[in-house]
Amino acid sequence: MIDTEALSCQELVELVTDYLEGALGERDLRAFEGHLADCDGCTEYIDQMRTTIRVVGTLTPNDLTQAAETALLQAFRDWKRSPS
Amino acid sequence: MPNTLPLGPRRRRFLPGINGTFAAVTLTDAELVAALRAGDEAAYANVVREWHSGLLRVARIFTPSHAVAEEVVQETWLRVLGALDRFEGRSSLKTWVFRILVNTAKTRAQREGRTIPFSALHEPARVPEAAVDPERFLPDDHPHRPGGWGSPPRELPEERLIAGETREVIERAIEALPASQRAVISMRDVEGWSSEEVRNALDLSEVNQRVLLHRARARVRQALEDYLAPEIA
Repeated sequence: MIDTEALSCQELVELVTDYLEGALGERDLRAFEGHLADCDGCTEYIDQMRTTIRVVGTLTPNDLTQAAETALLQAFRDWKRSPS
Repeated sequence: MPNTLPLGPRRRRFLPGINGTFAAVTLTDAELVAALRAGDEAAYANVVREWHSGLLRVARIFTPSHAVAEEVVQETWLRVLGALDRFEGRSSLKTWVFRILVNTAKTRAQREGRTIPFSALHEPARVPEAAVDPERFLPDDHPHRPGGWGSPPRELPEERLIAGETREVIERAIEALPASQRAVISMRDVEGWSSEEVRNALDLSEVNQRVLLHRARARVRQALEDYLAPEIA
C-alpha cells in the first residue's frame, strides 16, 4: 500500500499501467492523481506512455501470407474428406 | 472456393475483441463450431485469418524464429481440426485454440531440446525491472524531493511521432523485448485485444499480464524518448 503523503515520482512511474488499466484501488488512485496534479515531470511521463500506446497501435498486425493460407485451407479440405 | 473476404491490415485495430463485421466473428461460438464441424470453409478461412496474427505472436514466445512460429500455427490448426469433435465449449473456442497452440509450441520446443521461458511468463515479478532508469530520480536522502525527477522527460515533438522512422524505432524496440513482454504488448496494443483475452490465451494471471504490459510499454517509451530526445535537448 502506498502512503498518500509520500508517493514519489519514482514510485508513480511504476503505477502508470495499473492507473491506465483502471486497476488502482481508491486510496492509491487518490494518491496518484494528487501527485499528478502537482507534478509536470510525471504528467509528461504519462503523456509519453499514452503516446507510446497510440503509436504502437499504428503498427500493422502480421497478416496471413498467401502460402500459409493456401496450406491451411488445404488442410481443412483434407480434414473434410477424412475427419480424424 | 474464391476468397471473397476483404483483408485489410488495419481491420483488426477497429475490430478489437469479438466485435467484428465479418461473418465468422459475428457468429456465436456455438454457431462457429457447428459451421466448422459441418465443413464450412468460409467460416474456417475467416477465423484462421482473424486469429493468425495473435497466434503467431504467442507462438513466437516459444519459438526461435518467425518461420518456426508459422509452422507451429499450421500444426495447431491441424490439431484443432482433429480435436474439434471433442470441443465441449467449456472455454471459448478462441481460448481453446490458443491453449492448443501453446501446447503445440511447448511440445515442439521440448522435442527440439530448447528451453522455454515459463518463468518469464508466470513469474515476471520475481526479477525486478524499473520502468525508468533509477539514475533519473533524486536520491532517497534528498532533503526536499526524495525519489523526485532529477532528469524529467520533456515533451516529444508531435510532428515526428507519426513519421515512418519513428514507427521503425518502435518496431525494433518491440522486437528487442523479451518474448513474453513482446507477446503481451503486441496483443494488447497492436492487435487491440482485451486484457482478458490476453490472459486467457497465455494462461496468465491478471497481475502478471499487467506487469508484462507495463515493462513492455516502459521499454518502448524509453526507446521513443531516446530516439527523439536529441532533438529536444
